[in-house]
Amino acid sequence: MGSVVSRFNRVRGKGKSEEERRLRANDRSFNLSHGYANNAIRTSKYSIFTFLPLNLFEQFRRLANAYFLFLLILQLIPQISSLSWFTTAVPLVFVLSISAVKDANDDINRHKCDRQVNNRKVDVLMDGQLKNEKWMNVQVGDIVKLENNEFVTADLLLLSSSEPLNLVYVETAELDGETNLKVKQALTATGELEDNIEALAAFNGEVRCEPPNNRLDKFKGTLTMNDDIYALDNDKMLLRGCTLRNTEWCFGLVIFGGPDTKLMQNSGKSVFKRTSIDHLMNILVLCIFGFLGFMCAIMAILNAFWEASEGSLFTVFLPREAGIDAHLSSFLTFWSYVIVLNTVVPISLYVSMEVIRLGNSFFINWDRKMYYPKNDTPAQARTTTLSEELGQIKYIFSDKTGTLTQNIMTFNKCSINGKTYGDLYDFSGQRVEITERTERVDFSWNNLADPKFSFHDHSLVEMVRSGNPENQEFFRLLSLCHTVMPEEKKEGELNYQAQSPDEGALVTAARNFGFVFRSRTPETITVIEMGKQVIYELLAVLDFNNVRKRMSVIVRGPEGKLTLYCKGADTIILERLDPSCNKLMKLTTNHLNEYAGDGLRTLALAYKDLDESYMKDWTQRHHEASIAMEEREEKLDELYEEIEKDMMLLGATAVEDKLQDGVPQTIEQLAKADIKIWVLTGDKQETAENIGYSCNMLREEMKDVFFVSANTAEGVKEELLNARRKMCPKAAEEPSVTTSRGGLFWVEKMETVQDEKVDGEYGLIINGHSLAFALEKNLRLELLRTACMCQTVICCRVTPLQKAQVVQLVKKYKQAVTLAIGDGANDVSMIKAAHIGVGISGQEGMQAVLSSDFSFAQFRYLQRLLLVHGRWSYIRMCKFLGYFFYKNFTFTLMHFWYAFFCGFSAQTVYDEWFITFYNTIYTALPVLGLSLFEQDVNDRWSLQHPQLYTPGQKNQYFNKKAFVRCVMHSCYSSLILFFIPWASMHDTVRDDGKDIADYQSFALLAQTCLLIVVFAQLFLDTYYWTAINQLFVWASIAVYFAITFTMYSSGMFLIFTSAFPFTGTARNSLNQPNVWLTIFLSSLLCVLPVVAFRFILIQLRPTINDEVRAKARKEALPAPAPRRTLKKRITRRSGYAFSHSQGYGALVMSQKFLLKGHMRRLALFDHRDSPMVQNQPQHYRTITEESESQSP
Amino acid sequence: MMASSYNAKEEDGHHSGASSGTGLSKNKKPDNTAFKQQRLPAWQPILTAGSVLPAFFVIGLIFIPIGIGLYVTSNNIKEFEIDYTGVSSDSPCYNCAKNFTWNTTEPCVCTVNFTLLQPFESNVFMYYGLSNFYQNHRRYVKSRDDRQLNGDLSALTDPSKECEPYRKSGDVSIAPCGAIANSLFNDTLVLYYVDSNNSKIEVPLVKKGIAWWTDKHVKFRNPAGNGNLTLAFRDTAKPVNWAKPVYELDPSDPDNNGFINEDFIVWMRTAALPTFRKLYRIIQKKSGTTPTLPNGNYMLNITYNYPVLSFDGRKRMILSTISWMGGKNPFLGIAYITVGSICFFLGVVLLIIHHKYDNRNTSADIPS
Repeated sequence: MGSVVSRFNRVRGKGKSEEERRLRANDRSFNLSHGYANNAIRTSKYSIFTFLPLNLFEQFRRLANAYFLFLLILQLIPQISSLSWFTTAVPLVFVLSISAVKDANDDINRHKCDRQVNNRKVDVLMDGQLKNEKWMNVQVGDIVKLENNEFVTADLLLLSSSEPLNLVYVETAELDGETNLKVKQALTATGELEDNIEALAAFNGEVRCEPPNNRLDKFKGTLTMNDDIYALDNDKMLLRGCTLRNTEWCFGLVIFGGPDTKLMQNSGKSVFKRTSIDHLMNILVLCIFGFLGFMCAIMAILNAFWEASEGSLFTVFLPREAGIDAHLSSFLTFWSYVIVLNTVVPISLYVSMEVIRLGNSFFINWDRKMYYPKNDTPAQARTTTLSEELGQIKYIFSDKTGTLTQNIMTFNKCSINGKTYGDLYDFSGQRVEITERTERVDFSWNNLADPKFSFHDHSLVEMVRSGNPENQEFFRLLSLCHTVMPEEKKEGELNYQAQSPDEGALVTAARNFGFVFRSRTPETITVIEMGKQVIYELLAVLDFNNVRKRMSVIVRGPEGKLTLYCKGADTIILERLDPSCNKLMKLTTNHLNEYAGDGLRTLALAYKDLDESYMKDWTQRHHEASIAMEEREEKLDELYEEIEKDMMLLGATAVEDKLQDGVPQTIEQLAKADIKIWVLTGDKQETAENIGYSCNMLREEMKDVFFVSANTAEGVKEELLNARRKMCPKAAEEPSVTTSRGGLFWVEKMETVQDEKVDGEYGLIINGHSLAFALEKNLRLELLRTACMCQTVICCRVTPLQKAQVVQLVKKYKQAVTLAIGDGANDVSMIKAAHIGVGISGQEGMQAVLSSDFSFAQFRYLQRLLLVHGRWSYIRMCKFLGYFFYKNFTFTLMHFWYAFFCGFSAQTVYDEWFITFYNTIYTALPVLGLSLFEQDVNDRWSLQHPQLYTPGQKNQYFNKKAFVRCVMHSCYSSLILFFIPWASMHDTVRDDGKDIADYQSFALLAQTCLLIVVFAQLFLDTYYWTAINQLFVWASIAVYFAITFTMYSSGMFLIFTSAFPFTGTARNSLNQPNVWLTIFLSSLLCVLPVVAFRFILIQLRPTINDEVRAKARKEALPAPAPRRTLKKRITRRSGYAFSHSQGYGALVMSQKFLLKGHMRRLALFDHRDSPMVQNQPQHYRTITEESESQSP
Repeated sequence: MMASSYNAKEEDGHHSGASSGTGLSKNKKPDNTAFKQQRLPAWQPILTAGSVLPAFFVIGLIFIPIGIGLYVTSNNIKEFEIDYTGVSSDSPCYNCAKNFTWNTTEPCVCTVNFTLLQPFESNVFMYYGLSNFYQNHRRYVKSRDDRQLNGDLSALTDPSKECEPYRKSGDVSIAPCGAIANSLFNDTLVLYYVDSNNSKIEVPLVKKGIAWWTDKHVKFRNPAGNGNLTLAFRDTAKPVNWAKPVYELDPSDPDNNGFINEDFIVWMRTAALPTFRKLYRIIQKKSGTTPTLPNGNYMLNITYNYPVLSFDGRKRMILSTISWMGGKNPFLGIAYITVGSICFFLGVVLLIIHHKYDNRNTSADIPS
């Protein structure tokens, strides 16, 4: 395929003149003339000079800020201004500066990061010698020298390397999250340059290639060198973000620099996520605006009437301003009331919400129970604006490898010649559970042993060391039959590069048991067998693929004995055995069942001695088949099939795919919280199913587990329909889709698939290729319906793009809050697609973490994140919103009632200073206290009762209904707060006969009543009174009186005469008993009905929270539940080890390529099924296609 | 049934010792403080029957006596109110109200007779009351210059713009400026006791001590002018509606002139509501046992200067005694009694509800 493509490229490359990158090595002036970006990157948004204007512009793009700016302008118009400008300006400046400080801080961090990266050093070839340069000074067309373990500077065309065949090994963890090494190979033509500086300096190849793009898996271009044209593809490119490994040095030509690199092109814009509360808030704020307009209109109309009937007569004492008649006056009144009543949309709302979310994020960061000591990783809230959404999760989409499992394979048990090893028994024959403290087998006799390997059954070592031939043959097989690449940096320090971790585990086991695979060449394998070096001649590798499910090697031993060693899935191997080992087969099958029942991944091992003459014949036919132009695959398969039969069974291995700690328990907890968990994995069906069972998602007691694996759209539909009919025979054929409108201005059309009730629990496993059909437009609702009826959904063999599509499907048609959790680059798309993305900062790279909103080290922390932090955050946010609206509506509606007594003149009830300070000083801290420290029950109880989580999923604590209730409550409160003081003050006097019904005293009384009522309400809403809450409340009350007395003091009046006209009001009215009696009465009247109502609710319809709170009050702490060991599975599930991709056989046997050396294009991977071809696109495609799909 | 929760705590406990033991290890493990771990000790009140029900009863029990006390106190206060606006034709001030023009030089005087059925003990306060007078209108409230009233010389000659249209009279600035000052209440009330021999005895009315101390001594100050108010105000004009300039408000007492005239100060403290009363005079308690105002016939002599009829306003004269809780105000007492009773009643209702449904709650089992 590669050659075809390259030829095609060569043709096309010439036709393309526009939109093409052209560069010449070592020719800066030529390259600079195109104006390509150099290697400096800039992720920061502002510079010192642009910060203020740009940031202000950004901030005023927010609706709320713009609204307040508008108000400020209104207030500057004297005819309208019902309040002084400072009532808006002070809070606005406060809010803007807080946001600005936050933005500045973020940007400074980005600047720091940029600077650090830009100042990394690299050797650049300049003027015939290597110079150490900063990364940011590297230009397109420069030749750079990389050394081992260095980061790749830019996107480079590999020219030459220190390794044979011009290979380099790179680790792409930062780019795509995979830690296994990938191979890149330079053109032979450029490889000849080696590290010859003069030759490199004289190198003047010209590259034409595609313009910068974000496709990590594709690169097209040509290199013109000495009139020869070579095709360039992705295998010759070293991408920025990779790390050079196992390669002493290499030279590369910079093709894309800095912002043009694929890494930067991919880092792209991450979507700005907003929580559902945010969306609700937008709607509510709009409603409030409507309400505000409505109130102002009423005021304006009533003002018009008043002006006509009374105001026009009252002109005796209050003449109108020139040119203003009743109509104009009513128009002006409208705007005046817009100013007076503007506090219904409180300016501090958004800031407070941000502060609360920030606070909750910090609590997540600080949580020791989400700190993983092994890699010193605390949990991290990377997005600080989503915390309350954690309390509303309905669906979790989880990756498997590295998330549910550790992606660590350990050689756990084996069965050799009918005897099983690996279990420990005590004297009475009872199996002993293996823990960390169990004594390990000592491998010190073997100086090549891997110290990290642990095994607990001593008998196996003894057997091997005693020279038992079957046991030795078993491990010999393991040391020979594989495609692992050894690496020996220092004598005796072996390192294996395995394509799949299972294989690595097996070879490592063989190594420790005395069969050390030491090195390989294309023709030989060197093994240290019990301390003795033995060299085997490698004749053939019968590679693994997904159909064969086995791999074999044919080797010639030192004595010339020909042997075929084969390992593979038990079902496959057992079919191909010699009848003579029937008895052994039975024993081994029993063992295999036992292993599989333990959730282990098994392989069966077999060997066969070969006849020299047969082998000669076979080799001949193999050679013919491998060069056949037609049906090469089939012919080879036939040959393999022919030789892999009548084998002798050696035994079986069991490898444990280790689950992360606490995964089954966590899943059980989350299921109790009514959260549905879908596993989306790239693994094959068997593995996924196996893991599904071992982590408690699929259970034996489930009524049925459906498999969808059809290869046609019709087939998939049929399977889905069947499953659904079985689960719910009565359900309608057509999915019930309810359409509603939502979003801002109700322009968004929303379709929701309703939940359907199913009796019993079901599981669904759907395969990748079926999923592709099921995600088509006509089937996706069917898929969603069926899937949502099941308790557990496992999608296997899915591509990252499909992961994102599944998430989006649920997001779109379920209107549910989704969370995606994963650890690898292939999870990035779904992490970005879901409402909340969680990255596991584990073994694989950082890509997932970098694009996630929250990250921690272990899957099990998810339950704490959701059930404790998420729930608290949600409760806090809801309480905050409810309380905040109550407080501000009550505050504002007083003006409304007062309007009826002041001729609708937009006279405020309170002192202007009170209006200014109400939200910013007097009530700010107590509200924060409520919304930062509130807990209905503590974390232990939250975990004890996962059901507490469900109200959040149903949006129960704050929704439109709650908002309306809140508004009604404020109406009541404001009526009380206005009319009680009114009734008690309207014609009374002080105890010395002097005036007290004056405006200023009334204002003071009203505002004091209001403040006390608001605090009393806070008292009722707070369930968790820490010392800080108390301090905040009492301090706020104290501050209120302190500020009031100060502002109303003679001194302040004499200094700022016009600013503080309320002089003397406080001391003249607050020493009156009837003032205090009024305050007391009105606060009580506001609070009592609430207490009574809530009490009745608790009595009649207690919520789960009430019950748990009552219980928590009685019992000090929940009894720690015993850690239940999971039930063992009874039925046997096949779980054979091996990842699903093609083996590395081709690479191992690369003598083939050497033979073809005369060909110009040295094709390392011309094999269609070569792992590089199969593996890479699958992982890389995702990112690119995902970004494409996101762009529209 | 109970959740088998994986307890992350175990891990926490395991390693904390190791990390804290070695002071050198600087790892990212969060601090183990009650604040950061959200374990702050807290008081967690719950609305239980044990706290709510007693609260209701106690509030009821406290409120009802307070209410009764307040009501009795308020009832003991004697108050007499008379409307002298002159709306109806049989009212003595009908003519004065009817024929009012701003430019009259001859004041119209009318006399209202009334009878006090009960004697007024201790100090009696005389108020004038206005109705439908929007002293709390936004434009009215702000139509003043506090700096000018505080004796600021620059503001005296250049009053704030808020005073428009009563800021300047021609080129000369008005002192005191603004609509409030301009509309100063200027009826003169004189009270006579008509004794059994039908002879009129003038009741002595004290005009000092009717304003707030802070207003009189802090907020209102005359501009400096070597004690000579005429000189101090020489560059200013009198408000349009006024007959006399501000320094001649009280011809009888030179210290009660200018901005610190108490009638003026009282007026300038704008009312919160369109119906209001303002302290006009104090009738001091006489020594001995004689009541301040014995029961009998009285005559109120009104110099009718203040027009309110045009905007349907009312003028009243009020005589009132006071108590520890101020003037007569039955509302608070009634409200306290009502709220107390409601509390008591609610307490009973809640008690019944609680008894009826309580057994349901005691089942500690929470369905999972």
